[in-house]
Amino acid sequence: MYPRAFHYHRASSLKEAVAMLSQLGDDAKLLAGGQSLIPLMKLRFANPQHLVDLNFVPGTSYIKEEGGALRFGALTRHAEIENSATAAKIPILHDCAAGIADVQVRNRGTIGGSLAEADPSGDWAVVLMTLSTEVCCLGAKKTRTVPLSDFIKDAYTTALAHDELVSEVVVKAPPKGSGGAYIAFKRSAPVYPTASAAVQLIMDGDVCKDVVIALGCVGLTAIKAKDAEAALRGQRITDKALSAAMEAARAAADPQSDMRGSTDYKRALVGALVKRAIEVAMRRAHGEQVEVGHIYA
Amino acid sequence: MPKKLAKGKKAAEPKPAANAAIEEIPISVQVNGKPHSLSVEPRTLLVEFLRENLDLTGTHVGCDTTYCGACTVVMNGAAVKSCTMFAVQADGAEILTVEGLEKDGQLHPIQKAFGDSYGLQCGYCTPGLMLSAFQLLSRNRQPSEKDIRKAIAGNTCRCTGYQNIFKAIESAAQNMKGV
Ligand SMILES: Cc1cc2nc3c(=O)[nH]c(=O)nc-3n(C[C@H](O)[C@H](O)[C@H](O)COP(=O)(O)OP(=O)(O)OC[C@H]3O[C@@H](n4cnc5c(N)ncnc54)[C@H](O)[C@@H]3O)c2cc1C
Ligand code: FES
Ligand code: FES
Repeated sequence: MYPRAFHYHRASSLKEAVAMLSQLGDDAKLLAGGQSLIPLMKLRFANPQHLVDLNFVPGTSYIKEEGGALRFGALTRHAEIENSATAAKIPILHDCAAGIADVQVRNRGTIGGSLAEADPSGDWAVVLMTLSTEVCCLGAKKTRTVPLSDFIKDAYTTALAHDELVSEVVVKAPPKGSGGAYIAFKRSAPVYPTASAAVQLIMDGDVCKDVVIALGCVGLTAIKAKDAEAALRGQRITDKALSAAMEAARAAADPQSDMRGSTDYKRALVGALVKRAIEVAMRRAHGEQVEVGHIYA
Repeated sequence: MPKKLAKGKKAAEPKPAANAAIEEIPISVQVNGKPHSLSVEPRTLLVEFLRENLDLTGTHVGCDTTYCGACTVVMNGAAVKSCTMFAVQADGAEILTVEGLEKDGQLHPIQKAFGDSYGLQCGYCTPGLMLSAFQLLSRNRQPSEKDIRKAIAGNTCRCTGYQNIFKAIESAAQNMKGV
């Protein structure tokens, strides 16, 4: 399948890419990993007249630890994050990167492209929402730093202006005593999850000092399960507290019935995923090395 | 030719004409060790470039929607789905396709193992699977069962039920020890 014909522009710096976007106007799109855009172009759901390729811009793929935060270059591939010992210092980031699609897609797809795409089923937004994350947006006149919760506006909609791009993603290291986990349920590797749950918490002994819970694929954007968090915050995590959190997470979900499952099924599923993610996050908060993977149908 | 403006566009915006003729882009790639310099239309997919421009038809198109992995090739050491990349993006890259696995008339240990273990039936998925196995074994000579399953999770086979593919990659890993 051929996409509609387009003009190809190769940017040699991010600044130049921004200038190209302003000059070319609305019919231009950036090309990063191409793992969302190229399939859409082949199906002719996206028909840009100009593509600005970011892949030849040097120095856009990196993972740096700096001032209590991890900084990811926009073109850092999922596979680089999966294999990075630095990124693994925040274990939920490894859970996320290693579970996206398959080896081939992870070798191309980028963290910046994922956030810019804002696919309701994308993994990065769900996971990064449980951490303190900022998205650096480079425009023609200035660079601004947007908290992730303000960056994602709606399904497939972000705070980016047409002539702005994501240059970097900055994730603050969580405080001592923290643990997190991300678990998705998938039909196979090269598809988006049916539902997923990300949990990041801080434990003080067996009391949960603070917690953030985000649900994926069960709404137009990632959903923060605030009542589920409230069921755990300041509590001993007993079976009763866990059940309350699960119930609240199910209620917070707003899934659509589709070929991946019915509304009821996805609600039930997301509750179970939240429970598992809390359990792993707690063990990690207590210093245990726990490997988790997604659950495949 | 006078520049025509698309409907609804204001004439005031000076834009590089979208409907100007699409320029071909010159690219240079090394494929299976051989350098090639050609000009391609930007929308040419890497898989079409390999199959149609270079006549390397061992790389297959299955789903054409980034699912099945039949089109997998190795680019600069990393497995990629060549139906989901433009040829212009491979400019300057080194590409390995199934045709490049064999050396001096000798099958690559991965190819030999697929044959010996009956890791294929119709063979449609096989080139892609062998290149996914290639990335795995070039980075990890002692893959665990989980490593192998993860490495081929992006490759669909409609015939074998995967068990023999799995055995083929295990035995290729054995045969490649010390290579
Ligand atoms: C078979 C398959 C399975 C997949 N499964 C999953 C999955 O399980 N989980 C998951 O999260 N994702 C999944 N994906 C999507 C994958 O992660 C993509 O890589 C990702 O969504 C988009 O990143 P990209 O770099 O490929 O972006 P591209 O496809 O290049 O671009 C996507 C969009 O973002 C824009 N863009 C790209 N980079 C920037 C930037 N720096 N600044 C501003 N705008 C930008 C582009 O213009 C385009 O509109 C899957 C994809 C495929 C093909
Ligand atoms: S043909 Fe490329 S993934 Fe199926
Ligand atoms: S051998 Fe026929 S599809 Fe795999």
